[in-house]
Amino acid sequence: MSDFFSGVATALPRLLGEGLLATLVSFAGGAVVMVLVAVVLGLVEHQAPAWLAVIARVIVELFRGSSLVVQLFFFFYVIPTLTGVDLGSTWTAIIALGLNYGAYGAEVVRGSLNAVPRGQWETTTALSMPWATKMRRVIWPQAWALMLPGFNNLMVMLIKGTAVVSLVLLSDITFEADQLRRQVGLWPAFLSALVIYYLIALVVSTVMRWGEGRAQRRLGLGDFQIRQARRDAAKVLAGAAAAEAGSGGSGARREGRDT
Amino acid sequence: MPTDQNPDPATTSHPHNGGVPRIQFEDVVKKFGSTTVLEGLNFSVDRGERVTLIGPSGSGKTTILRLLMTLEELTDGYVWVDGDPLTHDRRDGKRVELKPKQVSAVRKRIGMVFQQFNLFPNMTVLQNIIEAPVHVLGQSTEQARTKALELLDRVGLGDRGDAHPMQLSGGQQQRVAIARALAMDPEILLLDEVTSALDPELVGEVLGVLQDLAATTDITMLIVTHEMQFAQDVSDRVMMFDSGHIIEEGLPAKIFSDPDNERTRQFLQAVR
Repeated sequence: MSDFFSGVATALPRLLGEGLLATLVSFAGGAVVMVLVAVVLGLVEHQAPAWLAVIARVIVELFRGSSLVVQLFFFFYVIPTLTGVDLGSTWTAIIALGLNYGAYGAEVVRGSLNAVPRGQWETTTALSMPWATKMRRVIWPQAWALMLPGFNNLMVMLIKGTAVVSLVLLSDITFEADQLRRQVGLWPAFLSALVIYYLIALVVSTVMRWGEGRAQRRLGLGDFQIRQARRDAAKVLAGAAAAEAGSGGSGARREGRDT
Repeated sequence: MPTDQNPDPATTSHPHNGGVPRIQFEDVVKKFGSTTVLEGLNFSVDRGERVTLIGPSGSGKTTILRLLMTLEELTDGYVWVDGDPLTHDRRDGKRVELKPKQVSAVRKRIGMVFQQFNLFPNMTVLQNIIEAPVHVLGQSTEQARTKALELLDRVGLGDRGDAHPMQLSGGQQQRVAIARALAMDPEILLLDEVTSALDPELVGEVLGVLQDLAATTDITMLIVTHEMQFAQDVSDRVMMFDSGHIIEEGLPAKIFSDPDNERTRQFLQAVR
């Protein structure tokens, strides 16, 4: 037992040093790229002319439908030989993670835009609001509140997803834990890593939930809508929402009423 | 140019006086998929006229308002507002779709109040009202605010400017929605079943505001409603729709008390 604790004591400084830094950089960078990619692709899918929306759709399916590890290798090994541009380990990790999770995020964005009631879109038309005004002032603030639960889930998945960045030679927590296992034993090494991942996820999730509540209270949404938004978010991740939204047409504004 | 659909002067109260009608539908066709809702509809509304559209649901009344608000696309035909084309113009006998900017210029003359109020939940009452005047008409915030407070007073909610829509009753929300539409200074106001989503005890306050509006302004109104007493009180003319056609129109006193058409009679009996 004392072996275990001394093992943890040896492991923690290593994991919380360079390892934690690499994981956090991959996560933070990946999160920023993820949100940007999600917003751009989601908006294009929902609002752009059909031909452009199809292109966005293909990009989304490409990054959702293929392995993150293969994407990582592609950016790390293939892109430099094709273009001569070597992104380096950190940027490769950030971009691959951001694109992969951003593709899921695009569905979150699109689903949330769909969930803004049709009456809201129609009222902006009735008030002759230009597109930018409509989105910035009316639609986006409402869609944003609905998006946050989905982004919360994706953020937590992204943290766990960073565990693959050691494949492009980053010394993250997972890599360090693997190194340490020979020195301190399996249990102390991986249990420490497990707890660290969990704590990071807990912090991120807590912050996101706080933001969710704030955004939703601002809209005067009740508990029911918040629970609904969380359920929708879970469905997006399960891929169910994608199929459902796909059959529901690509935008509230295009649907008709029967009288 | 097709003119008045009902040439009998005894049953209409809207002589043209040689002027251009405020609203004119010309051979308007609207289809949803394979369902034809309007099939070559012609009618016009004069400046300042209040016209109520009645008829069974699915008869196309709401579609007419939605076409005017450009929430639906015309399948064929033309809609003219003060003689200007709304979404499609006729050039050398051909039907030409207008650019969004041109559509917007004419659409700004039209305001609409919806059945579900549709207040923006992310804004206070006051922000709801000044949003479009500031960001669409380019008014200063101060200017828009002053006007908004006047309008709120007018709809009896002068003290609720800082409330959020969710804190208001349905009737209050609908009155804010009316103020929001009026803040754009529309020449035409479209009222789409504005009391249908309200609890019965809240209907009166909304209709009161509209009656006051009808009495004190010369805004042209196109009204879809199931409140027959209200329709009788404010309308200059009532048009009875069935299956996308005007089957009868005339003065409210005549239509509501002694309609010529059997189907109008049945409809009125059913809704009363």
